[in-house]
Amino acid sequence: MNIVVCIKQVPGTSEVNIDPETGNLLRSGIDSKMNPYDLFALETALRIKERKGGLIKVITMGPLHARDVIKEAYMMGADEGYLLSDKVFAGSDVLATSYTLSQGINKIKPFDLIICGKQTTDGDTAQVGPETAEFLNIPHIANVLNILKIRDNELIVEMDMPNTVEIAKINIPCLLTVDKDIYDPRLPSFLKKISTRDKKIEIFNFKDLRDKNKKKYGLDGSPTQVEKVFPPKVDKNKEKWTGDSRDLGEKIAKELKNLKFI
Amino acid sequence: MATLKVNQGKVTPKTANELIDICPFGAIDEENGKLIINSNCKMCKICVKKGPKGVIELVEDKKIKKVNKREWKGITVYVDHVEGEIHPVTYELIGKAKELAKKVDYPVYCLFIGNDIKEKAKNLLEYGVDEVFVYDYKELNYFRIEPYTLAFEDFINKLKPSIILVGATTTGRSLAPRVAARFRTGLTADCTILDIQKNTDLIQIRPAYGGNIMAKIKTTNSRPQLATVRYKVMDAASKCENISGRVTSLEIDSSKFNSNIEVIKITKKEKEENISEADIVVAVGKAIKNEDDLKMAEELANILGGQLACTRPIIENGLIEPKRQIGLSGRTVKPKLIITLGISGSVQFIAGMNSSEYIFAINKDPEAAIFNIAHYSIVGDIFEIVPDLIEEIKKQKDIELKECIGIS
Repeated sequence: MNIVVCIKQVPGTSEVNIDPETGNLLRSGIDSKMNPYDLFALETALRIKERKGGLIKVITMGPLHARDVIKEAYMMGADEGYLLSDKVFAGSDVLATSYTLSQGINKIKPFDLIICGKQTTDGDTAQVGPETAEFLNIPHIANVLNILKIRDNELIVEMDMPNTVEIAKINIPCLLTVDKDIYDPRLPSFLKKISTRDKKIEIFNFKDLRDKNKKKYGLDGSPTQVEKVFPPKVDKNKEKWTGDSRDLGEKIAKELKNLKFI
Repeated sequence: MATLKVNQGKVTPKTANELIDICPFGAIDEENGKLIINSNCKMCKICVKKGPKGVIELVEDKKIKKVNKREWKGITVYVDHVEGEIHPVTYELIGKAKELAKKVDYPVYCLFIGNDIKEKAKNLLEYGVDEVFVYDYKELNYFRIEPYTLAFEDFINKLKPSIILVGATTTGRSLAPRVAARFRTGLTADCTILDIQKNTDLIQIRPAYGGNIMAKIKTTNSRPQLATVRYKVMDAASKCENISGRVTSLEIDSSKFNSNIEVIKITKKEKEENISEADIVVAVGKAIKNEDDLKMAEELANILGGQLACTRPIIENGLIEPKRQIGLSGRTVKPKLIITLGISGSVQFIAGMNSSEYIFAINKDPEAAIFNIAHYSIVGDIFEIVPDLIEEIKKQKDIELKECIGIS
């Protein structure tokens, strides 16, 4: 089975603060790592390969130093790695990112299965997987909890719904976004680290992609615009209540209702 | 649309460093003395506004085709449901849609895709929706991505809604991106604040970086504008006395409802019994001495739809099973609400619940350590306060029930 896993480099920590005077973001260092949710996607691919054989290709979009996450994927057992990197891609929102990824995936055909993590820890949108599936014109199932059966032309999976768990059959090729905890991700292997140290990472620039319409990439291809970023309002004051117990009971109930817990 | 241009002539080591530091997304790199904007750029324009003057400039592109916003009208709420059972986020979105629609004189629509749903569609009119559009076909019985996207696409082409609000449920998070990609339009996930401008642009505010920053996002030159909102973020619409809206069935060639997905089985989820996953937790400490005391705490947990948890001493008396222990030697919880009853707040306990969203602590001792971290510190006897609290919650729930069935 040919499996493509979409991964992303994200900041090493989501602890960002904003300078109250200048409004600038203060990042603690520039540490970065693989999006933790992608580890589950890659692990799922590795388990399928162990059972059915095949080839695992990982693909990411980002600046050149995003190569680090591909190296990390190599250390876990990915076979090939591809990086989409070009200044034309700058300013991509969900739509432009998904489109660029779909163009990249089209370059590394054939594929039977594309696996994405449920979401990223920086953008938190959980939208890139389904949008990529749309651009590739293949079906998708999101929030997959478990893969029950793998056949040559179909998969049987468990998907998480608000109050139910659904078992569904999906034809190949398809895209799955997997929930965390689907499998325990393995740790990067030191031996693989050494053996893949010089392993090739192919880089795709804008000119390598089939669709050369610049208006579909980067900022021009992004319908949503971030107008500004600002710190969240801290409206949780600390309050101390004393007094008659009957009043307190009522006061708590009212506050719980205000906060929509009732 | 605009792009950023770097005036390399003005780049000095000092301005370069300043710009690299200022960029919140690590999108500016220096290569051989030149500044390069990489694909991390989110176009927040901080480098233009706050960076050294003139180094990075905003260049507007005049050739972009402008969307005709007047061709797109109305706010549509996607009716989230499983086999016809409507998810309550739908009523919250209707509430928000009505508020936004008022500001720009738009109608409010609902889009209901499913099987055998026409009767249920009528109920939506009671919330003041102008028109409920229904795709009622047996092929739409289960949520399958291709047929649902097809019906959604058909609806957008026929009605041309300016704004579409979708619940950020499992279904909504799967369907909305698919639709947005098909129309090559903007979709903003998990909005916590929505507003509308006179020019009908939707103002979307959402958290990013795990809630550490907020972003204000607009879809300025494409329609429809899609946004998802999580459950319990907006206020639900109340029922109206006069129903003026109507239900309209839309036709589509059902032979096009092909799907590569077949739903084999649906099972109800077992009730979550893991305190780490609970949204609401009621935690008890040493003040609870016997089964009767415990019953009171259990009742509070049940009435709030939460789970009971405890400190270590309670486990040691065998009153509660060990998997319900919070703390360093137990489990870590991060619920939306935790109410601690008679817990003094040892370091070990606090470490296991400190990141809860709202902490209500009730304790007799005004100096209890738990009050250092509680958002609401309630000084008093739990055996006096909690029974009253339970009674009050019951009252509140009664009022809500009556409102729901139209008795006031």
